[in-house]
Amino acid sequence: MKVFASFFKKKFFFKKKNQKTFIRCFARNRAAVLGASILAVVLLTVILGPLLYPGSAFKLVGKPLLPPGGAFLLGTDTLGRDVAAEIVHGTRTSMLIGVSATALAVLIGALVGGFAGYYRGWTELVLMRITEFFQTIPAFVLAILVVAILQPSVGSEILAIGLVSWPGIARLVRSEFVSLGGREFVLACTGLGASDTRVIFRHLLPNCASSIIAVGSLLVASSILIESGLAFLGLGDPNVMSWGLLISAGRAVLRSAWWICTFPGIAILLTVLAINLAGDGLNEALNPRLRTA
Amino acid sequence: MRRLRYFGARVLLALPVVFGIIVLNFLLIHLAPGDAASVLAGESGAATPEYMESLRSKFGLDQPFSTQFTHYVEQIGSFNLGYSFRNDAPVSELIIERLVPTALLMLSSFSTALVIGTLLGLIAATGRNTWRDAVISIMTLIAYATPVFWLGLMMVVVFAIRLEWLPTSGFETVGSDDEGWAHMLDIARHLVMPAVTLALFYLALYARVMRASVLDQTGLDYVTTARAKGQTERGIMFGHVLRNALLPVLTMAGVQAGNLIGGSVVVETVFGWPGIGTLAFNALQSRDLNLLLGIFFISACLVVVINLIVELISVFLDPRIEV
Amino acid sequence: MSVVLDIQNLQIALPKGADRPYAVDNLSLQLRAGEVTCLIGESGSGKSLAARAILGLLPAPRVRASGGRMLFGDIDLRAASPETMRAIRGAGIAMIFQEPMTALNPLHTIGRQIDEVLRLHTRLSRAERRTRIIELLADVHLPDPARLLHAYPHQMSGGQRQRAMIAMALALSPKLLIADEPTTALDVTTQAQIIHLIRTLQRERGTAVLFITHDFGVVADIADTVAVLQRGTLVESGPRDAVLNHPQHPYTKALIAAVPRLIPPAARPEPATRVPTILESRKLRKTYGARALFGGRTTTALDGVDIALRTGETLGLVGESGSGKSTLARAVTRLLATDSGEILFNGHDLAPLTRRQLRPYRKRIQMVFQDPFASLDPRQTVLEVIAEGPIIHGTPRAQAHAEARTLLGLVGLDASAGDRYPHEFSGGQRQRIGIARALAMQPEVIVADEPVSALDVSVQAQVLALFADIKARLQLSMIFVTHDLRVALQVCDRIAVMRAGRVVELATAQQVFAAPQHPYTKDLLAAVPGAAWQQAMLERTDA
Repeated sequence: MKVFASFFKKKFFFKKKNQKTFIRCFARNRAAVLGASILAVVLLTVILGPLLYPGSAFKLVGKPLLPPGGAFLLGTDTLGRDVAAEIVHGTRTSMLIGVSATALAVLIGALVGGFAGYYRGWTELVLMRITEFFQTIPAFVLAILVVAILQPSVGSEILAIGLVSWPGIARLVRSEFVSLGGREFVLACTGLGASDTRVIFRHLLPNCASSIIAVGSLLVASSILIESGLAFLGLGDPNVMSWGLLISAGRAVLRSAWWICTFPGIAILLTVLAINLAGDGLNEALNPRLRTA
Repeated sequence: MRRLRYFGARVLLALPVVFGIIVLNFLLIHLAPGDAASVLAGESGAATPEYMESLRSKFGLDQPFSTQFTHYVEQIGSFNLGYSFRNDAPVSELIIERLVPTALLMLSSFSTALVIGTLLGLIAATGRNTWRDAVISIMTLIAYATPVFWLGLMMVVVFAIRLEWLPTSGFETVGSDDEGWAHMLDIARHLVMPAVTLALFYLALYARVMRASVLDQTGLDYVTTARAKGQTERGIMFGHVLRNALLPVLTMAGVQAGNLIGGSVVVETVFGWPGIGTLAFNALQSRDLNLLLGIFFISACLVVVINLIVELISVFLDPRIEV
Repeated sequence: MSVVLDIQNLQIALPKGADRPYAVDNLSLQLRAGEVTCLIGESGSGKSLAARAILGLLPAPRVRASGGRMLFGDIDLRAASPETMRAIRGAGIAMIFQEPMTALNPLHTIGRQIDEVLRLHTRLSRAERRTRIIELLADVHLPDPARLLHAYPHQMSGGQRQRAMIAMALALSPKLLIADEPTTALDVTTQAQIIHLIRTLQRERGTAVLFITHDFGVVADIADTVAVLQRGTLVESGPRDAVLNHPQHPYTKALIAAVPRLIPPAARPEPATRVPTILESRKLRKTYGARALFGGRTTTALDGVDIALRTGETLGLVGESGSGKSTLARAVTRLLATDSGEILFNGHDLAPLTRRQLRPYRKRIQMVFQDPFASLDPRQTVLEVIAEGPIIHGTPRAQAHAEARTLLGLVGLDASAGDRYPHEFSGGQRQRIGIARALAMQPEVIVADEPVSALDVSVQAQVLALFADIKARLQLSMIFVTHDLRVALQVCDRIAVMRAGRVVELATAQQVFAAPQHPYTKDLLAAVPGAAWQQAMLERTDA
């Protein structure tokens, strides 16, 4: 609303690093706090996992197909492994792949989008056509192909997920660079004789960092989903325990042992939900002007 | 007429995308460690030396890189996607056979997601900060975070195994000799779970986009103008806001078309739906990479077509797009 | 004349966290049939909210009319039911807005949007409505109404869109028309036409008009009665001539004094010897191309422009939007690549230089920008902003910061301002920071691109005074870009009038004012809001 924007300009107009406002804004969003709390539990699991369930995730501990609630909280699987232990060990895999694949996607996306948005012209035209291309083609099928060709492993999963996830970041960085590049402070800096690197690293990147962080955090969630899908199709690293692998293995006994599939799925659901909630909160707190609710 | 020419130009612009997919396919073959022929034949060990040799000569694998490339483009260009040794049939034939079930699945989940999703988004936005909004928002957030294959498995546990309402898997009841309506109904019963499973994520996505889009639009000046004319709130919503708000949803639907195919691979696998997805899963199990590459090529082309259709609809909805 | 709308003690409450509890407090105003009442105020005065409150268009529940009465006939609009309000909106009271592009639905044709008013409030048949719409479009002097019926907003010019808005508002001959800054987004010549149109139609039909504006020139051209709003309080109201010529309240006096006068600077004797040229453009061309693969359209922003800035003078570039004036300013500072032509700085051609070769020249030509919010990096402190240039060019950090503090004093800011961030300052203060940043490089030439057009008049006057002061003290040469001929006449020695990428007239300010040669310059002069009023004032002071 243009009319009363002038009354609020001073308060909300600029996304300055104001930690107090940021924390207050984030804390006011109850859903985001809930998400952050679940996320904290997930991270604790990653750190404390080896202490809770020492040794290999593939260790056989009891009779196969024990229902949950007995000696083993979440029951045992077809080979007699503790499902709870498998989930705890899988947390580490999911988070590792989610975060690394996102880092890769942000790196590729920021490079492509940055070049396109800063140099414009033909560079932009070509790079954005490539970005659109990668956005159009069926990402999941491409990820399947890449992992299948490179042989399933944690590394190939990270590469495949990163390779199909970067277009969103590239589009974001490009549009931020273009809109910031049109802002007069960037022109002013060029007018002072600043080099490209100075303009990019001192002015453009810091001003769009908050958007990248916000979108990147949501990307971690979608990477975890893609990873679980790949593992479900049998493209997970067979030597590393993961949630998708667990569900894939439990599928055969779905009729008799529902718990093997159910609990890892809940773990994925909660983790992804938590990251999305926290990410949305981060987005609102960092970019208050985008607020729609 | 001008629209027709514009559409012609868009089709031309789509050609580089198809070419790009061919390039990508070619690169993927060579990305693999080791001999490209063994990659294509798969590690099944079932490939005979003669077959390996025919692969080598067909893809010109003993020739220089550039020759291999032109050769490859020629092959694909003439719609020759190769031969699947495991299935003992040409790849293109295998895929075309499976096209109908996949199209049926995608179309039904896509339309369900679009219609219900936009409707929910609209309800949430108009009742912003009420219980309706809260319920819809929570539902979409959960649907947004649920792994598709897991949702499918859980539905099987609940609706097929426990309640026995719906069949666990397949396209139709095996051995049934129903015809006409009864046959259709049988297929529909098999379709319900896969379609709902696949639709749920997109339904949530469209609801979120629609909600944000409606809220964006209601803040704009033309809405104030309509109000100043004496238009009712209902008239403003349906006469002005709705069409403007649908445009971002439509764009999103186009962008997500590719992911819909990815999702159907997983869903078909879960429900044993005899479409391209199951074919892909089987190819994966037998490491039949050539078949997998063919599926990737065809599904990417399918997405290009869907995008063209979305673009065509946008042109009719939005007069600002230069024709 | 009869009172159409009687506003009594209107109060509009703002939500918590706003800069004051009430946007408007205790506002009483009578709008009479056949009269134009101008509500004037600076940004944040609450004038637009007051206008919206009448039709119940405030963004409730955050902002709402919390007290007073608004009597339209015997209906109190503040207490009226939603049904009553809907019946009045569009039929009894109509409204037009500042930005016609966003105020029209982009997906509906003009005809359909006007038709909506008729459909809502009348029972005319489709054919009757169509005839009526065509009449209305003809009434607002739109060309070829039958064709425009099917045009979409984006296919029309800004002036045409505003005319269509007026046609829509007057469709049912409302008793009151509320015009919320209807000409602010338009060019001067279009503004003059729209004001004339509103005036004529209002006279013909005896409509009461509430005209919101921030420009006293516009007030002089259209008002019968004037009401001055300062931070939500009505400080003065009365007949136009009384308020304009004999303002009582100090705020009104200050506002009127700050309006740029339509007077040329005192004639300066032409220097005896030929003054050397410091910056010059020769046959400068720049086209913007639509980046489509098939048949992109191009627009020519600069079409072979020759200008020459003499050492020590201020050269004005005046023109409407799309004239190429800002493109020219950015081209001569090499912030924008050109297609062809030369840019001579002290005889050296800058056009072919690479970024690296350009660096030594960057120091010597500096720019001041229009938007005080966009021209400073929100993440730098003021000191960092000002010192960045010297640091890039090798001045040690500590020294650059010390010099920056001194500069703050020169531009009229406190030295302690240096440690704060740009968002803590007002528009005028930010513009001072922008000027300090340019001065830190000790340039020979300053190119100022619309440096005051985003500022309120009172602030505008202060910043213009700062420019004059600095130029005199530091003996700078300056290119001053503006759309406002009044401002140009006040600060420039010579003025280049631009239109569609060409300089149509280049003469001393004196000549442009007294004896304009080109018809377009004459149009521009005639379109200056309040020209007649200022002329009269000049004559009075002469007498």
